[in-house]
Amino acid sequence: MPRYLVQRLLQAVFVLWAAFTTSFVVLYLLPGDPVSIMASGGGDTNDVSPEQIAELKQVYGFDKPLIESYGDRLWHALRGDFGISVQSGDPVTRLIADQLPATLQLTSAALLLAVVLGAGVALAATYTRRRWLRQTLLSLPALGVSAPTFWVGLILVQLVSFRWGLLPAIGNEGFRSVILPAITLAVPTSAVIAQVFAKSLRTALAEPYAQTALAKGASRRRVHFGHALRNAAIPPLTVAGVVVGNLLAGSVVVETVFSRTGIGRVTATAVTAQDIPVVQGLVVFGALAFVLANLAVDLLVPLLDPRITAAAPAVAR
Amino acid sequence: MLGSRRSYAVFGLVTALSLAATACSSSGASGTGSSTPHSGGHLTFALASDPICVDPQQQGNNDAIYPARQLVDSLTDQDPKTGKIVPWLARSWEVSKDATTFTFHLRGGATFSDGTPVDARAVKDNFDGIVRLGAKSVLGASYLAGYRGTTVVDKNTARVTFKAPNAQFLQATSTFTLGLLARSTTRLPAAKRCTDHIVGSGPFTLVDYTPNKSVEERRRAGYSWGSSLWRKKGPAYLERISFKVVPESGVRTGSLQSGQADAIGGVAPQDEDGLKAAGFTLLSRANPGVPFALTANTARPLTRDARVRQAIQLGVNRKEVVDTVLSRRYQPATSALASTTTAYQNLGDRLAYAPDRARKLLDEAGWKPGPGGIRVKDGQKLSLKVVWATNFGPNQTALELIQQQLKKIGVQITLKSTSIGDYVQVRQKGDYDYAWGNTTRVDPDILRTSFSSKGLNLSRLHDSALDAVLDEQSATADAARRAGYAARAQALVLEKGYQVPVFELTTVVGVSGKVHDLDFEASSRLQFHDTWLS
Repeated sequence: MPRYLVQRLLQAVFVLWAAFTTSFVVLYLLPGDPVSIMASGGGDTNDVSPEQIAELKQVYGFDKPLIESYGDRLWHALRGDFGISVQSGDPVTRLIADQLPATLQLTSAALLLAVVLGAGVALAATYTRRRWLRQTLLSLPALGVSAPTFWVGLILVQLVSFRWGLLPAIGNEGFRSVILPAITLAVPTSAVIAQVFAKSLRTALAEPYAQTALAKGASRRRVHFGHALRNAAIPPLTVAGVVVGNLLAGSVVVETVFSRTGIGRVTATAVTAQDIPVVQGLVVFGALAFVLANLAVDLLVPLLDPRITAAAPAVAR
Repeated sequence: MLGSRRSYAVFGLVTALSLAATACSSSGASGTGSSTPHSGGHLTFALASDPICVDPQQQGNNDAIYPARQLVDSLTDQDPKTGKIVPWLARSWEVSKDATTFTFHLRGGATFSDGTPVDARAVKDNFDGIVRLGAKSVLGASYLAGYRGTTVVDKNTARVTFKAPNAQFLQATSTFTLGLLARSTTRLPAAKRCTDHIVGSGPFTLVDYTPNKSVEERRRAGYSWGSSLWRKKGPAYLERISFKVVPESGVRTGSLQSGQADAIGGVAPQDEDGLKAAGFTLLSRANPGVPFALTANTARPLTRDARVRQAIQLGVNRKEVVDTVLSRRYQPATSALASTTTAYQNLGDRLAYAPDRARKLLDEAGWKPGPGGIRVKDGQKLSLKVVWATNFGPNQTALELIQQQLKKIGVQITLKSTSIGDYVQVRQKGDYDYAWGNTTRVDPDILRTSFSSKGLNLSRLHDSALDAVLDEQSATADAARRAGYAARAQALVLEKGYQVPVFELTTVVGVSGKVHDLDFEASSRLQFHDTWLS
């Protein structure tokens, strides 16, 4: 077990370093720079002198050679310092920390909904004996994955908020404001969960133990919800990293459509403005969320299925 | 960010559907209640993007200016109708003949919201501070170029001197950029005064700015030193203003319909008709300054020839661009400056669409019709590269139309888009024939910024006649004589074909029937002091 854990931790560190380095290389090799964007004011095509640009580059530390800049930023990043935002002048770490609660509220509500919805669809689809219902339910995930989040959000806003006046369309104050964005974000996520879960349920139901249980006189319901469910729960868990990634990526669109604050909005504005320190901080943050989700799953799965811990050292050898 | 054309189309559809629905069922736009101005009320304004920084003195986008403008007073104000500079914090002023020394007599009695007085000392602190901000205040740096210093003559008299004539400075004192802030703000470093600590003497005070969410402002009680242009004396009518950041245009439109916002900014041309049909008022005003134009890089081999540049100017059908791509609220450009700019001179005749004359000029210049309808000379195609930034939604469609128009006179245009940040660098590198863009400024001195060979000279000009006129314009305190030089400069810029003006950027704001007297100031930004809700 400790060796299994150490291995996972080392992997996590590697992923974080790779995310930092890749984002550094990509962002610094891009043409254009955040300083010119800021100086030009983002609106008019104002004339800015090269001297003014040079002055600002020095202020933000964009004037150093690439290697020196990389070492410098990595050293600071190790201590949780990703520099300051070119746009607002705030420390990147604080910027992300400030926005985190709003996004956590949205994503956790969406995740909860997605799990309930996804699991519900998968269970119903595999349990029902009506062929048409099963086909309909099984086609829902494909629809959910392919419907653009952006479009779903706009339709919901137009109908529920503007037409019927039931819920607010903008901002993130109070529970009511999180409902529509959470539903929008849950649609594609629940589709992923439903797809994986339905498949693993069908596999589990086809296993000999399920047949045996049925033959021994267990009810269909008992076999379905008692035996197969627990075994089928592992594959959906292993896609947790993907789900977290989906939620974070989806929050960019959802927070913009619903005028919410959060990590997604910061990402959208930082990318538009090529605010390199912020974008880099966000990439590393995304990698961290992904890594943590996977780590949590790695630790959780052995509890559900003891065979996996036994198998892990075997893989390591 | 989501500004792809596909997503615009989706919005368009969704917006149109919902507009049609509301037009039939509800009456979101109809006003109720009192029809005379009265104090109180809470106005919600939907901004198109995050202000990022609400310090009026630092560089900000248009969406930062709406909230920031309300927080500060300026030394002077500018009448949007006449362009005349009128008293605000300064009761009167004198400008030396050579436009190097400006003496302001403050009205006295005005205070910043922290209780400190708005006196000559404060004027000095502010101007010194803006110079210190340097590149953090691009506009401020250009207004105060050649700043020698401010002398505190007495408590209410401040004298500002410049190393060289700087006639535009008087108009600059009416801008939000040179709006006055309390010392508790000016002594802070730039980054510390973007979201907080912005203490001005304006009719509203900053309650709270949460990035990407909202700017909350509250009326300043006891305010009694408003601009001489305002109808209402004393404090503002509105008790509170909430500027909410609503980045999606479809959602902004919907929030106005559903009453979740009282007014919205950033109304796209394609949404105008729908809003109008649903009973909303659209306020619009052309932005002063340099209109959207193709500005030549005269150092390039093909655009070095004045006849080629003049042909391009004649080969663009401005009216068609406005009718096809924009809306009735936009106007074709009629000069090197937009019609709302001080000392604007209508030269519309010169900018009439004349493809035949354009062809003749190109013939004379030796460009003969070649394969594919593109003219050739010495085996070289008449192909020009236009760089443009994605800072205004309709830019691409407008340029694609211009591309087709110029093909008719045998000129091939290749379009190269850049982000607004790359744009500055691309222009400095000079790898283009024409650059597409605009600049908002009420003072005609913007022509000197854009076309003087002594400035950045992005057009690579060597035109001593134009330089002389621009310098004269800057060295003359007398408004009428200045206007004469400015008129001459506009004519020269067009004559030589340095610029191909196309249309005037127009600010369009949608308001519900409840909102009254929301006014544009001279730079076509909003002023909320006289605004009231019914």
